Amino acid sequence: MPVPISHFVVLAGLLFAIGAGGVLLRRSGISILLGIELMLNAANLALIAFGRQHAQPDAQVFVFFVMAIAASEVAVGLALLVAIFRRIQSIDVDRLNILRW
Amino acid sequence: MASIVFYLAAAVALVSGAVAVSHRNPVVNVLSLVITFFCVAVNYALLGAEFLAAAQILIYAGAILVLFLFVVMLLNAPEVKAAGDARPFQRAAGLLVACVLAAGLVLLVLAPRFPVPGVGAAGDAKTIGRLLVGPHLFAFELITVVLLTAMVGALVLVKRKH
Repeated sequence: MPVPISHFVVLAGLLFAIGAGGVLLRRSGISILLGIELMLNAANLALIAFGRQHAQPDAQVFVFFVMAIAASEVAVGLALLVAIFRRIQSIDVDRLNILRW
Repeated sequence: MASIVFYLAAAVALVSGAVAVSHRNPVVNVLSLVITFFCVAVNYALLGAEFLAAAQILIYAGAILVLFLFVVMLLNAPEVKAAGDARPFQRAAGLLVACVLAAGLVLLVLAPRFPVPGVGAAGDAKTIGRLLVGPHLFAFELITVVLLTAMVGALVLVKRKH
């Protein structure tokens, strides 16, 4: 018996909520980036499920683009974290409370 | 058979996702997110997107999370660990928003007015490839520029000034 498409979307929603909770609850910059990655993945899963539902293979092309954007986002985000760590010896985002050095 | 695989992968994905955002040790965070991404790749395969399941493992589990591990190792771990605990207000507000979001998304999907057309055919790698270099050729080329920009930007950001 095949799994209903809505179950995939429910899983995507729960994963998105976990990622959002991680972004909101953590103060370490790395954990915030991990939460963003989890949310992007949940959105990808929902996109593929909807594409399957409506017989649109274009959805998978868009997921491919989202993956590429996520990769570049992570590269720039982690580079920013490394640069921040060199400045203030910490990646606690609460300590980023000034606009210039 | 497919439903057993799905529920197993979904349970593992949710548990390892929760560990990934809640554990104190950043190395544990990253490695349990690898497990989550593998389970999401299983879901892609169940949805008939084999090409994206492979791309998910290669790009996310293979490249992005290795990058995360490099940075976690680069910044020394005890310093990273100290930044973990949330303030009481932040904890309450974050948990509230996450629970409302989860309940809202699940209820929205399970609502009876959710439209349910028939399940369509999945796209295999050949279809995806023809779509990528056919109708979506401009976006495909633009993605290469975005990746190049991100690479140059990351290098500029971490370059030490002499």
